[in-house]
Amino acid sequence: MSTGALLLKPPRDRRGWLVAPAVLLLLALFIYPFIYGVVISFQPLEDPSPWYNYVHFFTEPSQWNTLWVTLKLAVPATIINVGVSVPVAFALRRNTPAQRLVTTLLVIPITLGTVLIADGMLTFYGPSGWFPQVLQGLHLYMDEVRLTHNFWGVLISLVISGFPFAFLLTLSYISGIDPTLASAAGTLGASPWNQFRLIYFPLLVPGLTMAAALSFVQAFAVFPSAILLGAPAGPTRVISIAAYEAAFEQYDYGLASAIAIVMGFAQLLIVAAMFMFRRAFYSGPTTGGKG
Amino acid sequence: MNQNFQQLRLESVGRSFETASGGAVAALRDLDLTIRRGEFIALLGPSGCGKSTALNCLAGLTTLTSGAIWLDETRIDVLPSERRGFGMVFQNYALFPHMSVLDNVGFGLRMRRVPKAEIGRRAREALQLVQLIGHENKLPGQLSGGQQQRVAIARAIVIEPPVILMDEPLSNLDAKLRIEMRAEIRRIHTQLERATIYVTHDQDEALSMADRIVVMRAGTVQQVGTPREVYGRPRNLHVARFMGYRNVLPFRVVGQEGERIAMDREGVRLAGQALAVGEGQREVSVAMRPDDFELAGDAGDNTFEATVRTVEFGGRDSLLFVSSVLGDLYVRLPGALEPGDRVRLRIPAERALAYAEAA
Repeated sequence: MSTGALLLKPPRDRRGWLVAPAVLLLLALFIYPFIYGVVISFQPLEDPSPWYNYVHFFTEPSQWNTLWVTLKLAVPATIINVGVSVPVAFALRRNTPAQRLVTTLLVIPITLGTVLIADGMLTFYGPSGWFPQVLQGLHLYMDEVRLTHNFWGVLISLVISGFPFAFLLTLSYISGIDPTLASAAGTLGASPWNQFRLIYFPLLVPGLTMAAALSFVQAFAVFPSAILLGAPAGPTRVISIAAYEAAFEQYDYGLASAIAIVMGFAQLLIVAAMFMFRRAFYSGPTTGGKG
Repeated sequence: MNQNFQQLRLESVGRSFETASGGAVAALRDLDLTIRRGEFIALLGPSGCGKSTALNCLAGLTTLTSGAIWLDETRIDVLPSERRGFGMVFQNYALFPHMSVLDNVGFGLRMRRVPKAEIGRRAREALQLVQLIGHENKLPGQLSGGQQQRVAIARAIVIEPPVILMDEPLSNLDAKLRIEMRAEIRRIHTQLERATIYVTHDQDEALSMADRIVVMRAGTVQQVGTPREVYGRPRNLHVARFMGYRNVLPFRVVGQEGERIAMDREGVRLAGQALAVGEGQREVSVAMRPDDFELAGDAGDNTFEATVRTVEFGGRDSLLFVSSVLGDLYVRLPGALEPGDRVRLRIPAERALAYAEAA
C-alpha cells in the first residue's frame, strides 16, 4: 500500500448525529427521572439515615408483604400465559385460516387496555354477572361464585391481557422453526410427541424465556386491575399500590421511590435468573442448514 | 422395515392439492414405477414437475390422493413417515441445530431404542463412511455446506433403511464440491446395496449417477430409461429439450423407412432418425444437440453453410450462435472461430432426431 493511500481518510460519517434526538429524549424522559428517583429514595423525610426508606420497607410487614402478593400473582400468571401459549401456538404453527382467526381475536384484548377489560370482567364475572349465572343455571356449581374483588379477579385479568401477548410472541418463535426439522425427525422414526419434545421444544426455550420474561415484567407491574378487580386493601395489595399510596396518599416521594426501586430490582433478579437458565440451552439459528 | 426387500412398487401414485379458489391441481399423476433393490433411480425434471412431491409421498411427508406404494407385499403408503423407516436427505439438510454431529447421526437409532453404547459405535461408523471422523462433537452450524451434507447422509443411512430418498441434496453446494459429492453418494450407494431415489433438476447429475432416470414434467412421467437411453433416444421433444437438444427445427418429410427418415428444409437435405414419427407424417420437428455438429469438408447431405454470430469461449471448445438457411442454431465446435466467419456444418444422421410433435 502506498503512503498516499494511507493518508486518504474515508469521509467522516455524520449520520451518527441522527441518534441525538433519541438520546436527548431518553436522557430527559428516562435516565434523569430514574437517577432523580434513586437519589430521593435515599432522602427520607424524617430519619437521618439515608437507608431509612429501604429499612422501613423491609421491616414493615404491610410493605414487604406486597412483594409476595405481587409474586403470587405474577408468577402463576406468567406460567399460565406461556404454558398455554405453547400448545396453542404449536397447533396453529402453520399459516392457516384458523391461525389468522385466532390471531385477530387475540389482538383485541391487547388493544382494549386494562381498564376496559376490568370493566367488562366486572359485569361478566361479577356476583350477578353472566358467568356465575350460567354456572348456577346449569347446576354446575351451586355455591356463591366469587371471581371479582379478590385474587382470582386479578389473576384472570392478567391472563386475559397477558395471554395474547405471550401467545403472539410464542407463535412467532414457533413458526420461525424450520418445519423440515420435524419432518426429518419423523423420517428417522420420531413420533409426533418426540418431534415436539426433542426438536421443537429445545429450539423454543430461548424464545419462551424471552416471552416469559416480558410476561412476568408486565404482570409484576399490575396496577389498575389489582384495584378494580382485586381487593386492594388486602389480598391483592400489590407493590405498585404500595408505591402509589406512599406517593399520593402520604406524599412521601422518597419512600415511593424506594419501593419503585425495590420493585425494579425484584424484576431484574427474576429476569436475570431466567436468562441464566436460558444459557443452558442452544440458542442460534433454528433452521437445519443452508437453504 | 424390511431391509432385504426385493422391490419397491409405486402403483399409479397421484397427489393433488387444493387451490385457494377451491379447485384441485394435480402435482403428480399416475406414477407407475418398480424399483429393484440396489438400484439408483433419479427423478429428473424442472421445478414444479412433481419430482419432490413423488419423493414426499414415498417418505410419508405427503399423503397420496390416489394409488398405492408397496414394499414387496407390504403396503406402506398408509403408514406414517416414522413407521416407514426410509432414510431421507433433505435439500436444506434439516440437521438439528441444537444437537452435535454425533447426536444428529444417532437420532434415528435413539428413536429405535438402540442401547447407548451401540448408538455411539454405529453413528461413528456412519461418520466414517462419509469421512467426517473428528467432527463428532461440533454443532451443525460449525460445519461447511459439504460437511453438513455428509452429516445428513450419515444420519439417513445409519438406520440402515431399505430405501434412501434424496431431495436435490447437492443443489446448495458449489460446483466443484457437487462433482465430488456425486461420486461420494454413488460410492455409498454401491456399498449399502439398497435402493436410492434421487431427485434432481440437473441432467448431468442424473446421467452420471443413476441406473435409471425418470424424466418428469407437469406431474407426469415422460420417460423411464437408462442414462444412455434417455440421453441418446429421448422419447419426446420435451425430454429432448431437457437433455440438451437445444436446436429444434421444423422439416418436411421426403421419405421414411422404419427409423430412417429423409427430410428437407430450404433446400437442405437431411437424413435423420425418426423416434416418434408415424407413417405418412408430412411435417416433423428435428432436435439436435449443439455438441453433435461437426465441421464438414465438402457439401453434401446433412451439411449446410452458416455464419458465426456470437462466440462463447469454453476452453476446449466454444459455444457458437450461428445463422443459416435452416435458421438460428447453437453449435459447439473446437478451434478458434470469430463472429462473421463462414463455416460448413454437418450433423450425423443418427444425431438428428425427428419427432412428429410441432416444435
